Amino acid sequence: MTTTLTTAHTVGDRVIETTVPVGAHYSEDTILDPNGPLASNADADADSIVLDETVAPLAPWSARLLAGQTLTIVDVGGNQSADFLVYNAHDTLERYSTPDTLAWQQNAYLREESILRSNLGRPLMTVTGNEIDRQDTIGGACSKESNTLRYGFHTEHQHGCRENFLSEAARHGLGARDLVSNINWFMNVPVEADGTLGIVDGMSAPGKRVALRAEMDVLVIVSNCPQMNNPCNDFNCTPLRMIVTSPALTTKENHA
Amino acid sequence: MTSIADEHQTDSVLAARADARAQAARTADYMPYRPASTSPVVPDGVDRDSLVWAETVAPGGYTHRVIARGTRLRLDDPTGSACAHVILYNALETNERLNVADTIKIPWQAYLGTGHPLLSGDGRALATITADTSGRHDTFCGTSTDESATAKYGSAAPEGPSPSGRSRFLLAAAKHGLTGRDLPPSVSFFQGVHVEADGGLTFTGSAGEGTHVELVAELPLLVLIVNVPHPLDPADDYLVGPLRVHAWPGDPTLVGNPQFTATPEVNRAYLNSIDYAEARGL
Repeated sequence: MTTTLTTAHTVGDRVIETTVPVGAHYSEDTILDPNGPLASNADADADSIVLDETVAPLAPWSARLLAGQTLTIVDVGGNQSADFLVYNAHDTLERYSTPDTLAWQQNAYLREESILRSNLGRPLMTVTGNEIDRQDTIGGACSKESNTLRYGFHTEHQHGCRENFLSEAARHGLGARDLVSNINWFMNVPVEADGTLGIVDGMSAPGKRVALRAEMDVLVIVSNCPQMNNPCNDFNCTPLRMIVTSPALTTKENHA
Repeated sequence: MTSIADEHQTDSVLAARADARAQAARTADYMPYRPASTSPVVPDGVDRDSLVWAETVAPGGYTHRVIARGTRLRLDDPTGSACAHVILYNALETNERLNVADTIKIPWQAYLGTGHPLLSGDGRALATITADTSGRHDTFCGTSTDESATAKYGSAAPEGPSPSGRSRFLLAAAKHGLTGRDLPPSVSFFQGVHVEADGGLTFTGSAGEGTHVELVAELPLLVLIVNVPHPLDPADDYLVGPLRVHAWPGDPTLVGNPQFTATPEVNRAYLNSIDYAEARGL
């Protein structure tokens, strides 16, 4: 009989010993740059921050944004995939659609000015700022089940984005049927001339950002990807910073 | 300083593919064995080649499967610290599911053991306990919630050191199209609770390492299994051991089996299950 491995984790003001095989966090020498909101207009300095949260490595996150608000996602440690779903906050049957987004823009990658379209073809959000060459929306999310196909059965117990998505979705009354195509901010999935496609080393760096303006009231669900079997997180899972800003109302006309 | 990334060459798609494929031969302490006949821990007396499910569930982990009527499902607690929280559903109509109140009320017995049926709310036996070397089980306390796990361990984060039982059941259920409203109270195996004369619930814990429980499926079942500490586990830390699962084909409880007529109540439960199964053409 073998002894079950235990590890120690700091949770709040205590240290807990656990037998749960918790995934690894970033190494101590990792460079972290929390940066700040990515300016989306000339008056950005006057924008008000309405939410500023750090998503721990491996963890899920969600928030509702009002139309007109902007979400800045900061890749604090560099090359950390932010797996991302977005829904119409008032009717979640309307949700992000990769094919609608790609067909409308006639390009396989997301960049500044890309419009994130729903399964009804309508704009959910617009990429108003982007600090890396291209963003991925064809690579999908990792799951403990699909990990077994890519890396072997020994990976099935490892935490994955689908676990995060399902956990966070359940908090909003959503389930497996609501997990559809997603975006992977800061992940690099090239499609080569002969169709070869896969996740390769990222093009991001600590502090790089993407900014997304809500075109309607939206629900955003994020998985800070726990994957340690491929380079989508540079084999070093780091935090994400999520900053929601509201545009400043600077003139009387804005109130009209 | 070398990093894990230095161990991987992933700067092109073909390099990344080769890197991924090179990992396949690895093993882990907690994993499914596929095909099931490759299980490194086949229970004594079980034909390796008959296995249809073999897996070691991680501490804090879960598993789930649809199994055929008659399937034998064996749970092993090799370290004496597993706690198998279980919910069963009629796989054909998942609105029929484990009813813990009926499971203790109908047999006139609160403590699970060999011969005890696991009953649905529809008057049918979903499963029967056919072997039990532990005797330490619980039908009263269900499983932990994010609220209780956070109060006890400081966190119930799904990626963290102390996930709750309910959150794990939610993940397992989601993979069969079920949601939170589909989670009835669960039973747990390998960690006991005793009801005192005044109603006090006393945690009696484990019977020690190396015990097992075996169930037989009286109907096609959806089985959800979560391996997290018992809600009354007095430890401040989250110290649940691995759980082994094996299953192989067999027969449900039928006429001629002494269990079939063990009590008048369970006899009628089997008659109801058989009636349902035969009408379905099973």
